[in-house]
Amino acid sequence: MARKDVPPRWDRKMQQRLARGEAAALGELYDRFASLVHSLAHRVLGDEQAADAVTREVFAHVWEHPETYDPRQGPLRTWIAGVTHRVAVQRLRDREELEQPRREELESTVRRASVAARADYIVHSMPAPLRAALDLAYFQRRDYRQTAADLGVTEDEARRRLRLGLQLLSTAHDAGTPPAHGGAV
Amino acid sequence: MSGADRFEAHDGGPEPVPPPRIPTPRTSVEDSGLPLPDLADPGDLAPVPPDLSHDVLKSLLGAWALAAYSLAETAAVEQHLGDCGSCADEARRLREAVGLLHQPESLDLDPGLRTRVLQSCLHRRPPRIPVPDWAAPYDAEAARLDALLQDFGDAEWHAPVELRWFEADTRTSRRTTVAGVIAHLLSVDGLIAAALGLEDPHAEVADPADRGTAGPTARTEAFWRASHLAPALPHPSDGGTPLSLRSVRGPWREQSHSLVRTVSFTGSHAGGLSVSYGDFALPLHDAMLDRAFECWVHAEDIADAVDYPYDPPAPRHLNRMIDLAARLLPAALAERRRAGLSAPAARTPHLVPAGAPGRSLRLEIEGAAGGEWLIPLDSPAAVGSADLEVAHVALDGVEFCRLAAGHVSPEDAAAGQDGDRQAIRDVLFAAASLSRM
Repeated sequence: MARKDVPPRWDRKMQQRLARGEAAALGELYDRFASLVHSLAHRVLGDEQAADAVTREVFAHVWEHPETYDPRQGPLRTWIAGVTHRVAVQRLRDREELEQPRREELESTVRRASVAARADYIVHSMPAPLRAALDLAYFQRRDYRQTAADLGVTEDEARRRLRLGLQLLSTAHDAGTPPAHGGAV
Repeated sequence: MSGADRFEAHDGGPEPVPPPRIPTPRTSVEDSGLPLPDLADPGDLAPVPPDLSHDVLKSLLGAWALAAYSLAETAAVEQHLGDCGSCADEARRLREAVGLLHQPESLDLDPGLRTRVLQSCLHRRPPRIPVPDWAAPYDAEAARLDALLQDFGDAEWHAPVELRWFEADTRTSRRTTVAGVIAHLLSVDGLIAAALGLEDPHAEVADPADRGTAGPTARTEAFWRASHLAPALPHPSDGGTPLSLRSVRGPWREQSHSLVRTVSFTGSHAGGLSVSYGDFALPLHDAMLDRAFECWVHAEDIADAVDYPYDPPAPRHLNRMIDLAARLLPAALAERRRAGLSAPAARTPHLVPAGAPGRSLRLEIEGAAGGEWLIPLDSPAAVGSADLEVAHVALDGVEFCRLAAGHVSPEDAAAGQDGDRQAIRDVLFAAASLSRM
């Protein structure tokens, strides 16, 4: 993802441009967020075509109702992830209702997909130093001392980042709360 | 669609707490390809847990959940978990979180999705400020190229690219890298930025004497010199630090967005604004088509260099690019005559009154982007005429564009030909002469 930490000014300006009906703004919005929207939808639905359809629906919603975004409530990115999540989960529910006669199985499928998508979003938007530490310790299988050395930080700091990163990630299980933003790093 | 501003899971009430999931064990170090522990290591013999404080043990929980710690610490943490309820709760929570880590997939979005999504939006709510038709190909091509660059690492940014074009009927080429190509696009797109009164990337690197007069090549060379991108190898012998090669993507993309935004506002009034290319000028709407064409051609150069597939533009965009080239051909033919590269036709007077029908070649472009154009042969001021048709050339749309890009030589272009040989040759060479760096 290019340019993650854009100032909220960009968000407000984008909302104004969308509200004004500026087609060029819609293109820029797509260029910035399409891969986020598509990957979250894909994580929930596990299907390329369904993810395409969700992408279409999410951008249509934002284009038709830009006023429903309130910049005071948080970044545009988080809001768009929320819209995506809701649209994708609704689609999953509709699909599974046809295939899963048992209510409990349906609910647990929806919950799993939902948590997985939230976890992706959290990893995606957590502060880069935390993400880098998790990446080393988990995907590269470095222990925390090696992680500290790779990152050029103290061992205390490496342990702190790993713990904080996992704490953020574990909030994916807390349905209904906005994804946490660790801003302290 | 109310409530869309919450990041909600689903509409049910409070969730039952899911049963704790025990993450699958990590593969053993023997399977991981990593160095094995020292043989002197006590291995499974439980080491004596070091005497660590509650706070230190707590700080180890993340590393413990990820199994990123030493054996001695394992024993210490696990012993502590047996005694301390709050740490045990957190430990379970963090272990579950580890199960949510997921190798990010490299996602190649279908480039056609952008057009489909935007069209469906604009259909549902027509824009008050649309992107002009003549700017749509540029908007689409810049987005496609940006998507190609998305996952490029250093190897791709440094990959050598050969820029090819025709000059005075001869193949010409110049070596650069992927980053150098983007710098080239950035500097030449700057011609339009300058005409629109936007910030021009050339202004920072220009020789004051060149400012405002430099054409595409001079601009590119100036930018390359300033950023150590030419001849594009990442080892400046003077020991200076080259500009980060990746750093050209952001400015290029920002400028391309800002061009599309600005021409949407100036709209149809500005379509005729003249954009200077140094020794010639194009009206704004043609300059935007020209830049769309160059963006595609160079995206294809880049894709070839890194061995990625890359499709031609959407047919309705390709059709406008072909139309631009066809409209530029009469002037290119005149230029060839002036340069002595072709003789004026002997049999007919080549000076025709402005607006009068003149000897013409029928250019037939096949494929979804195709169409027919009558090219007046003897004067840019003449009008193409079916009655005065002396030759007929048929080419596939993409092949014609490769010819006009200088990527296929006029002799090799797969063209069906009928009629005046000399006229055909002149037109094919004139098409190749439209190419530049």
